[in-house]
Amino acid sequence: MTVEAHRVFVPRDTTARSMGADDVAAAIVAEAAGRGESVTVVRNGSRGLYWLEPMIEVEAGGARHAYGPVQSADVAALFDAGFLAGGEHGLGLGPTEEIPWLAKQSRLTFARVGITDPLSLDDYRAQGGYQGLARAVDLSRDEIIGIVTESGLRGRGGAAFPTGIKWRTVLNAEGAQKYVTCNADEGDSGTYADRMVMESDPFVLIEGMTIAGLAVGATIGYIYLRAEYPLAIRIMNEAIGIAEAAGLLGENVMGSGRAFHVEVREAAGAYICGEETSMLESLEGKRGVIRYRPPLPAIKGLFGAPTIVNNVITLASVPIILAEGAEYYRDYGTGRSRGTLTVQLAGNVRRGGLVEIGFGRTLRELLEDFGGGTATGRPIRAVQAGGPLGAYIHPSQFDTPLDYEAFDEIGGMIGHGGLVVFDDTVDMGEQARFAMEFCAIESCGKCTPCRIGAVRGVEVIDRILSGDDESGNLLLLRDLCDTMVAGSLCALGGMAPFPVISVLDHFPEDLRAR
Amino acid sequence: MSTRSAGSGTGAHEALISGIAQRHAARPGGLLPALHAIQDELGYVPPEAVPTVAEVFNISRAEVHGVISFYHLFRTTAPGRRTLYLCRAEACQAMGARALESHTKERLGIDFHETTADGRISLEPIYCLGNCACSPAVMIDDFVHGRVTPQRLDALLEEG
Ligand SMILES: Cc1cc2nc3c(=O)[nH]c(=O)nc-3n(C[C@H](O)[C@H](O)[C@H](O)COP(=O)(O)O)c2cc1C
Ligand code: SF4
Ligand code: FES
Repeated sequence: MTVEAHRVFVPRDTTARSMGADDVAAAIVAEAAGRGESVTVVRNGSRGLYWLEPMIEVEAGGARHAYGPVQSADVAALFDAGFLAGGEHGLGLGPTEEIPWLAKQSRLTFARVGITDPLSLDDYRAQGGYQGLARAVDLSRDEIIGIVTESGLRGRGGAAFPTGIKWRTVLNAEGAQKYVTCNADEGDSGTYADRMVMESDPFVLIEGMTIAGLAVGATIGYIYLRAEYPLAIRIMNEAIGIAEAAGLLGENVMGSGRAFHVEVREAAGAYICGEETSMLESLEGKRGVIRYRPPLPAIKGLFGAPTIVNNVITLASVPIILAEGAEYYRDYGTGRSRGTLTVQLAGNVRRGGLVEIGFGRTLRELLEDFGGGTATGRPIRAVQAGGPLGAYIHPSQFDTPLDYEAFDEIGGMIGHGGLVVFDDTVDMGEQARFAMEFCAIESCGKCTPCRIGAVRGVEVIDRILSGDDESGNLLLLRDLCDTMVAGSLCALGGMAPFPVISVLDHFPEDLRAR
Repeated sequence: MSTRSAGSGTGAHEALISGIAQRHAARPGGLLPALHAIQDELGYVPPEAVPTVAEVFNISRAEVHGVISFYHLFRTTAPGRRTLYLCRAEACQAMGARALESHTKERLGIDFHETTADGRISLEPIYCLGNCACSPAVMIDDFVHGRVTPQRLDALLEEG
């Protein structure tokens, strides 16, 4: 007689591990051995309920039950409570799918994230994986691009450019060799959705890139992956090897007779290399200095060839669009912002984590219903949306819906979907100073308004804070911001002033002599 | 960004560096992968790598030097036995990264880009580790730690 082993899921994602998941996994194995229980520990991805990590799950009665946050010291008590059969314990969260925070989401791009073993192709296929590519293989290039265009998908890396239009430009451009490049530089503070996809569901990115390759006739794909994500690099590389061995990458993708190869290229810690032309320079092995535009990368991109540049989330959204159809995806969202947005709650927030939801919810719903306010329990004073180049949003603006155009109207930016929460102890003068400091550190140096302006910006803010001609320097700071916005070649210098301007406008009491 | 032993003899590096460069020279855009491979082996990209890499890649020394210096994560001096990357970005600031930074510098007695006199630890700034929901975050070699208080950091530094 064989007794089926209990399956216990302990996430292997960076954040879960950063909170002790490896120790918990080891403790479960040791405790099970000591008690003679037959247990298989599966290292799944994270569901993204990060305030509950390490959040472990067990299969019992046909559903998965969650417990968290679990530390290794809790493991013996969990066994005592019969957690292997879903028993009650103070850390019990009930059936995972019924946790309201998760149940209220629309997980399309993140359909499998946290559910599966990231490197199990069987898991991936059992949960709908590779159905999008199977469909794409039978379609013409034109039809694939038609579906992506119809879905309303816009780039999730920051600029929100319509993906279908970009692909069509690459398709129509002349070139014997074309490329698909995935921008996995994810440099914005407060964002981790790309990392989650790569660590927790790497095949969806491979599948999305493969579909893009078929759509434009590209045979080579590169993932430009930040060096700050060593685990994502490891998992992506392993997944590529598995996909190659299964005939899902290589000379004859899924028996289609068409070739597609993917390679990971490790970045080296320069924020500017997330800007697409800088990324292409870096992929070519050069300094990541911005290129003049035109030509567009779609026409003359990597090594001068027509090139798709898309963010991880953009590409990872393509398989479900192909599998379920354009309308299925487009039915989520509002106005010209279609589909789902992957919001990342970060910083001083009580319930931080990944919320995938149709566009159109208000910022307040995200911060309060999902976020539950600050981690410190103090009032929220400001939220930085859209990364280090995004404005600080004042609580009076929290009823703004998450929609590209609505954010534009308040001078904000959704960008890659990060929301960084600050409580009322934040010093907004320091935050304004950091925006300029960061721009100075990360400037590629090509144009003066950014290279010199950012350094001057730090100096001027220092003078204001130290009481040296406060009113004169405040005027100078506005002026400097205008010069950078108007005269910078790319959005680093062109937008770094936005957080500063938002502090001047909404938190002027903090930009004063101390 | 794994960091192996810093090695010793320069002559031994020569052959290793030239071997790595040759393996990557034929790859399109192979310079960054080559520099990463050198740093993975030695812990840094030593100055004597510049002429060797330039020759194998058939580009100028200035070009190689320019690339190395452009990227924050290439280092040109041997690191300590462990490298502590401290996140300075906004989501970590919101949870006390500034205080953690001053505590760390004071405790180690060094600034960013420096190594303790006993060669145990190098301190580097980093701008986001994608651990922003459990900030503040640090990375030691290639392992990320979340919700790092000054006390927790002290404990991590005591280990290994
Ligand atoms: C300074 C700067 C940094 C950027 N960083 C990233 C990044 O880390 N990841 C990303 O996908 N896009 C980034 N972008 C946007 C890219 O330039 C580009 O718009 C995007 O990769 C296109 O893909 P998408 O259409 O799928 O969004 C950045 C832009 C700027 C100006
Ligand atoms: S704005 Fe800054 S980063 Fe952009 S091109 Fe000019 S110097 Fe380079
Ligand atoms: S801001 Fe520190 S980990 Fe993202």
